[in-house]
Amino acid sequence: MNVLSIFNTDLLVAMVRLSTPITLAAIGATICERSGVVNIAMEGIMIVGAFFAAVVAYFTGSPWLGLVAGVFAGGVYSMIHAAATVSLHLDHTVSGAVLNILAFGLTRYLMVLVFGHPGTSEPIARTLGNFQVAIPLLSRIPVIGPIFFNQTPIVYLSFVMVIFFTWFLKKTKTGLHVRASGEHPLALETIGVSVYRMRYLGVIVSGLMGGLAGAYLSIENSASFTEGMTNGKGFIAMAAMISGGWRPVGAFLASLFFGFADALQIRFQVFKVLQVPEEIFIIFPYIATLLAVAGLVRRSRPPKADGVDFMIERPEE
Amino acid sequence: MASKSERKVILETRGVYKQFPKVLANQDVNIKLHEGEILCLLGENGAGKSTLMNILYGLYKPTAGEMYLNGRSVVFSSPKDAIRLGLGMVHQHFMLVETLTVTENIILGSEPGRGVQIDYREARKRVKELSETYGLKIDPDAMIENLSVGLQQRVEILKALYRDARILILDEPTAVLTPQEVEELFGVIKELRASGVSIIIITHKLEEVLDISDRVYILRRGKIEGERATADVNKEELANLMVGRSVVLTVHREPHEPHPEPVFEIENLHVLDDRAYPAVNGLTLSVRPGEVVGIAGVDGNGQSELADAIMGLRPVQSGRLLHLGSDIARMSTKERIGRSISYVPADRQRYGLVLSMTIAENIAMGYHDRSPNARGINLDYPAMARRAEELIGQFDIRAPGPLTPAGQLSGGNQQKVILAREFTRKPTFLLVSQPTRGLDVGAIEYIHSEVLAMRSQDVGVLMISLELEEIFALADRILVLYEGAIVKELDPDRTDEREVGFFMTGGKEKAS
Ligand SMILES: Nc1ncnc2c1ncn2[C@@H]1O[C@H](COP(=O)(O)OP(=O)(O)OP(=O)(O)O)[C@@H](O)[C@H]1O
Ligand SMILES: [Mg+2]
Repeated sequence: MNVLSIFNTDLLVAMVRLSTPITLAAIGATICERSGVVNIAMEGIMIVGAFFAAVVAYFTGSPWLGLVAGVFAGGVYSMIHAAATVSLHLDHTVSGAVLNILAFGLTRYLMVLVFGHPGTSEPIARTLGNFQVAIPLLSRIPVIGPIFFNQTPIVYLSFVMVIFFTWFLKKTKTGLHVRASGEHPLALETIGVSVYRMRYLGVIVSGLMGGLAGAYLSIENSASFTEGMTNGKGFIAMAAMISGGWRPVGAFLASLFFGFADALQIRFQVFKVLQVPEEIFIIFPYIATLLAVAGLVRRSRPPKADGVDFMIERPEE
Repeated sequence: MASKSERKVILETRGVYKQFPKVLANQDVNIKLHEGEILCLLGENGAGKSTLMNILYGLYKPTAGEMYLNGRSVVFSSPKDAIRLGLGMVHQHFMLVETLTVTENIILGSEPGRGVQIDYREARKRVKELSETYGLKIDPDAMIENLSVGLQQRVEILKALYRDARILILDEPTAVLTPQEVEELFGVIKELRASGVSIIIITHKLEEVLDISDRVYILRRGKIEGERATADVNKEELANLMVGRSVVLTVHREPHEPHPEPVFEIENLHVLDDRAYPAVNGLTLSVRPGEVVGIAGVDGNGQSELADAIMGLRPVQSGRLLHLGSDIARMSTKERIGRSISYVPADRQRYGLVLSMTIAENIAMGYHDRSPNARGINLDYPAMARRAEELIGQFDIRAPGPLTPAGQLSGGNQQKVILAREFTRKPTFLLVSQPTRGLDVGAIEYIHSEVLAMRSQDVGVLMISLELEEIFALADRILVLYEGAIVKELDPDRTDEREVGFFMTGGKEKAS
């Protein structure tokens, strides 16, 4: 088989599908860090979201209720991070690391509790993957059409989120407050806006988005929950956030790039077009991450007070 | 004008105390602010002025005491409450978000626009109107990080004006302004007073107190030491009240013959600024041991780039920097420090100190790898603390002890920590940039006498200052810096501020 035959529209469709959870998590993390809270817990939040989405979808038979449950669970879980970093002034990285570890333990425990065994849950009868919608007219544009306009619900939702959060940061009052909170929190507090509130908001957005990303994995892109199914996507999302310069559109583009690397990797493995051990291709997405972060990170600047604790009666001078 | 006592009291504190861990910053403070007056708060560094203002503004909570606004008791749980009741404050250190535009900073927290979206067109329009009304020119779309400190201060003031405050607190708004900018600001303040706004202003400059205020409170070690109508006092009395002893406002400069052989020379120096434009343009000068050379100039004429280049914080494009005859232009900062070059930077929080570290650590810094601060590869903490303790006494640094983080000191005391470190290192060449910015008169007197003591110990001192008064008080020779080069050398005994000012602003000598 010819190597070039891999490069077709299907590859790009796969790129979008594989990048969707990364996009969602990266945008969530972007909003969180713009508010000044470092969030390395996206991986953990995603797995929690994936689990609850699967459980609810399985027992109610409604993937839509599953979607709501996944988003909600991610939001609730992220509140631990908000309480720890904003209210209790703990180190952001430590809290994030703890949440990641906790999430894996928690989902494994709940797996056994709910399904009676670890590993993979029972298959879900109806998933969001069954709701593929071709948008009239647009989906018939060559190449672009199948890639962007013949997708499943959460994929569409991810496009909406890119636009929504770009607008949110740039044009809304609250968006401006979030940006100020991550750059110079005391400046925000002294004009009468609560930094705590903005930071809680930033964290919960990352929780909801992480939950959504998790739901995508378990009830849209597949039909069951598997332990560890996030497989590092939460961390790749952080790389996308950084390479994307802490901007939603940048995060989206970086995620597409990572999705592309992943799609390519799968194709190389499946079609065995090159005479090398297929395991080599598995490292593709990770090398892509490395290159993107190393290449772009020097030009992007994190919010100045990202990860900096805020306490009012600390000296202002 | 109606007599002051008849005027309505708009804001009042009764028995305000503020206890920080280890420091009692305010004790039993009772002050009254009348409607439409300009009240000045005067006090030494660390007297508790900023603390008191932050309490009035709702940022800090008082440990005890009450506040009355228009006769009614108020309790602020955050600045939000204070703002709602008509208070505005310009803080001692900038509260500007550097990556946002001027407009965004000004409207932050009270953005125009219906619903959730900001009406940027309306916002720009209002900022423009405001800046025109008060004659404070500013580009509404400029990014804060690209503005000079003077312009940033202007944005801070516009920010307070935008909120339509009825009571305006200004915490050292003039510390970083040029004389022209101060005049401009005072014009605005008087205009505000005429429209009934009540103002509290903090400044360390006694002429400014006399110039602008109606009444003045003196705060010493957290307590109100006195209250005067400005018309009834003079500079000396204010200085004495503030420090609690008589202060010499201009230190006496003994004649001192410098050595002929220069300790530091700069030859045809060229340095670029952050945007890669030439900032220092063929600058040449020399400093002899035992003299103070003062560089006078308007801010932004290459002062900071020159200082950076001398210390190795910015690459030299061409030219030579000679210390004791050898070219140091390619040496690392560490080597330069090791050659007994001392440096007091203009931006104390950025270059001078690590705010989260203790006074002892900050004093050892840069010399932390040698005796007495280190033994072998270990830091000797007890020795560092002992040394810090000694210098805290010698330089009168107001702090609970050597292990206090530098960030918890008042602005002026932070400056003293840097001076203590740099002046006691037996330098041969001392570069000081704005050594007394934000210091009280007592501290200025002390610093000035220390600079002159360095001079009589035959240290070569190069002083960059934006204050002509300081240059005249200390310099043996005045070099005028304009657009990155020395355009004129003047003898302080044969010139005056007007002539220096003329050359500073690009004036050319008439061909005679
Ligand atoms: N957040 C804080 N925590 C602990 N101590 C503090 C804090 N803020 C101020 N202090 C201490 O309170 C005292 C008063 O400080 P304040 O900043 O009010 O002085 P100031 O009069 O404004 O001085 P300056 O003229 O130097 O600005 C100082 O001793 C300072 O070290
Ligand atoms: Mg102060």
